[in-house]
Amino acid sequence: MTERTVAVVRAGALTTVQDLGRTGHAHLGVPRSGALDQPAHRLANRLVGNPGEAATLETTLTGCAVRVGRAVTAAVTGAPCAVTVDGRPVAWGAAVRVPAGAVLEAGPAVHGVRSYLAFSGGLAVPPVLDSRSTDVLSGLGPAPLADGAVLPLGAPHAPPPGADAVPHPGPVRELVLPVVLGPRDDWFTAGALRTLAAGGFRVSSAGNRIGLRTEGPSLERAQDGELPSEGMVLGAVQVPPDGRPVVFLADHPTTGGYPVVGVVPGAFLAAAAQAVPGTPVRFVLRSPRFRPAVQAGGVP
Amino acid sequence: MRALPAGDHGLLVELGSTEEAEALHAELLRRAAAGELPAVQEIVPADRTVLIDGLAEPGAFAENLASWDIPPLTRGAQRAVEVPVRYDGPDLAEVAERWGVTPREAAAVHADTEFRVAFCGFAPGFGYLSGLPDRYHVPRRATPRTKVPAGSVALAGRYTSVYPRSSPGGWQLIGTTDVTLWDAARTPAALFSPGTRVRFVPEGRT
Repeated sequence: MTERTVAVVRAGALTTVQDLGRTGHAHLGVPRSGALDQPAHRLANRLVGNPGEAATLETTLTGCAVRVGRAVTAAVTGAPCAVTVDGRPVAWGAAVRVPAGAVLEAGPAVHGVRSYLAFSGGLAVPPVLDSRSTDVLSGLGPAPLADGAVLPLGAPHAPPPGADAVPHPGPVRELVLPVVLGPRDDWFTAGALRTLAAGGFRVSSAGNRIGLRTEGPSLERAQDGELPSEGMVLGAVQVPPDGRPVVFLADHPTTGGYPVVGVVPGAFLAAAAQAVPGTPVRFVLRSPRFRPAVQAGGVP
Repeated sequence: MRALPAGDHGLLVELGSTEEAEALHAELLRRAAAGELPAVQEIVPADRTVLIDGLAEPGAFAENLASWDIPPLTRGAQRAVEVPVRYDGPDLAEVAERWGVTPREAAAVHADTEFRVAFCGFAPGFGYLSGLPDRYHVPRRATPRTKVPAGSVALAGRYTSVYPRSSPGGWQLIGTTDVTLWDAARTPAALFSPGTRVRFVPEGRT
């Protein structure tokens, strides 16, 4: 096997191809998708000399193993894990030379959820709407990895940049998420907002690439019923009828009818994507940067 | 019109009706094409709102928006996409009964209506088409189907739509089309995008 490929030896629980996603198509009902931990995805690419938009593999809790065709430079970032080449331990968070025909394995996450495997040249599966990301909600992009699947690699972009000290992220004892209130905080009682700020939430095991689900107290509505469908942003904290907040991640639906009490800024979503089930969650409420205003526009 | 914050970079503009939301969306697209909008990532129209995401200064944009003169929607300005339909859906008889007409007449009502894609959602290429007069609005089915076939022409609330692929669904199914609503390899991928005019043509009447 001398092609520029990776063949899946152990797919793991859910390993998908991810890049920076397909923003700009939400009006067609197309989720943005893309790597959930974007800093880790970009770092893995940088370590192997790829631009940030090159496609990597995103694992979920159990890691994965692939056999390379030709020799490549690879790097594993994100959730810390044991990394081996043909069973021999190599560095996590560093450029690693994988000889032709060797198996690169990212072991189960020691802590965190998602590890990223970058290969020089990037995964070169055909793009869909300018992105190679797997979108688990709409099914766009390549299927999640399956044992035996073979994925093509692109031509290397540049030599790896050399030494790049990567800090090993520590385990997250508590996930702290700022929440910018709105657009529908007025659908909740004052008590519900106090409950949201008071803590007592934990990361649920029912979460996925669509959203981080929480267990814990239920938020009481000030209004019943459903909203007419409205656009949803990344990081939206949507509250379904059971009252337990869901934080929307990359594969979130583009519209929805449950009220959004607030929005977690994008910079905090990587941490959300790495929080293992059971991690305590604390929401820190923040006022929006502008106040809603009733306007007398010229709408007919 | 009310502008609500949606995070640090988003603005959810709430309007009084679907028609107003469609008019604002059309004006946003016009201004974007004319280079008169600040950089944005997404403009997502919906039932009574338009979401504008990826704004550097959503507060400043909200203030600016208040001074806009938004022309009413002009229907019939562009050519309609024609969708051939067989009116053979399992819920056609029930819909006809709600409307107080025969199934054949219900099909004619649908086929004689000029629709416009108000917004998309639920799945890539799933459009919510407005235009049905109020008296023809129907509720969703009490129990959604676990599997609705791709190409099903359906009604719910004030909207009609076509399922782009097989999926669970609670809309009333009145017909079938062989048209491909969504093909990621095609340009454009979606047959229906917000603002597209649509006409359903009974098969045999083309």
